[in-house]
Amino acid sequence: MNLWYAICEALPLGCFAYDFMKNALLALLLLCPALSALGTVVVNRSMSFFSDSLGHSAMTGVGLGVLLGIAEPTLAMILFGVAFAFGLVWVKSRSAASTDTTIGVFSATAIALGLVLMSKGGGLASFASYLSGDLLSVTWGDIGGLFWLLVAVAAFCTVFYNKLALMGVNEPLARTRGVHTRWIEYLFAAVVAVAVMVSIRFVGVLLINALLVLPAAAARNVARSMRGYVWLAVGFSLLAGVAGLLLSFALDTATGATVVLAAAVCYFFTLPFAKR
Amino acid sequence: MKKTVKKIPLNFACAPCGGCTVEVQGLSVEDKGDKILEDVSFSLHCGELLAVIGPNGGGKTTLVRSILGLRPHGGRVRFFSADGKERPLKIGYVPQSLDFDRLAPITVGDLFASALSRRPVFLGVGKALRESSRQVLEEVRVGRLMDRRLGMLSGGELQRVLLALALTPMPELLLLDEPVSGIDANGLELFYSILDGVRRKHHLSILLVSHDLRFVEKYADRAALIDRTLRLCAPPGAVLRSKEFRQSFGFAAGKEGEA
Repeated sequence: MNLWYAICEALPLGCFAYDFMKNALLALLLLCPALSALGTVVVNRSMSFFSDSLGHSAMTGVGLGVLLGIAEPTLAMILFGVAFAFGLVWVKSRSAASTDTTIGVFSATAIALGLVLMSKGGGLASFASYLSGDLLSVTWGDIGGLFWLLVAVAAFCTVFYNKLALMGVNEPLARTRGVHTRWIEYLFAAVVAVAVMVSIRFVGVLLINALLVLPAAAARNVARSMRGYVWLAVGFSLLAGVAGLLLSFALDTATGATVVLAAAVCYFFTLPFAKR
Repeated sequence: MKKTVKKIPLNFACAPCGGCTVEVQGLSVEDKGDKILEDVSFSLHCGELLAVIGPNGGGKTTLVRSILGLRPHGGRVRFFSADGKERPLKIGYVPQSLDFDRLAPITVGDLFASALSRRPVFLGVGKALRESSRQVLEEVRVGRLMDRRLGMLSGGELQRVLLALALTPMPELLLLDEPVSGIDANGLELFYSILDGVRRKHHLSILLVSHDLRFVEKYADRAALIDRTLRLCAPPGAVLRSKEFRQSFGFAAGKEGEA
């Protein structure tokens, strides 16, 4: 902790005199790579609506946590998020009907239920921070959580990335090559759910999906191979994270939203280079 | 027509092997009480190309998926090596069509690495794997495509890449599910001649689902007519002229032949 603070203070930037800025920077450096690495899979498998819906389900998670009297809602959110993700994958594998619609229904239900639970007792306004997120109130304890999230995502990608890549090309082919696609589908959904729930307090329900999808989408515009794709996505997200934090400090704007805007700039900047 | 059924001469055909067999025994598939396939039995020797033909909805793809173990089914698929011992069957599979995302930044090399290597693709493809993959790709004449994205390949090139992947590691049975949809006539001829070459060189058993009856007649040793069950399994010429064939395809037979 002291080491990190010393490093920040050594930076030639006045804004890092504040502890909340130091914490926010470290949080972003941990959170962005984790989300964008998962995002490369989300984008390649056309699951961005799925992850969006997962973010929305956090509303219900928070509401449930409050209803059950859990002071720290993150655990309730993670448990609910994983259950919700499993539900989505299950419905997706069962029904021949358009998954698009199914996910939309799930998503809407989760938001409405969350709002109902939170509004019981009239305290809806106190949950506003979950909508847009709050990066500047990151505590040292939160950073521990984000660190383990990054470790978990890195471990997951190391073991399962190839299998997910093969599933993205052709699922029956992956299955004939010994990939347990069903099992991995659930596992991936669970990992995304955990990542979303852990980071949602900082990024917000409205923006979480952008941090998953935008860096990967930008990377796809220019990448020529999987290696380039993943590392460019991670690079874009780090760039957006740092640039967004600095800009939000300078312009006095919401940090999460500014980070997402920076990522969007990466996307639109790379768009002309996109190959057909 | 100079069609002689290719019972490959013993000295050539069975030199590396001795006659291993894939046996499909009493395979049936039901879907909610609806019998999709009933009691399909046939055997397939190494070096033999068996074409599966039949009308749409007749159960060809179901048969393929059952043999691959992707679909619950009754009956068994067994493999006997030359010494008569039963062994686990290694299948190489070339999927029907790839409706994957054409913009995905995955190269041919990435595809091979993600299928064959434990090292995550985002760390790059190892030298040894690149070299061995290139050799297999070279065998189906697409070695130069190693660093090309899958989305940029033509239909024929993509099928040959998938064929190369199915041949790594070398399987005992190669299963192709209508591998040539969306390929032009030249690409077709090339694909089948390469397939034929691979079969002879590696002495593979090949099961090929095909709509293309001209090529079936030219390259297959036998044709299996699947229409809810195995209606007929004989040399392709005989199957195409059979009563069962006309019944199964109805009036569409002429059209199918040109398709």
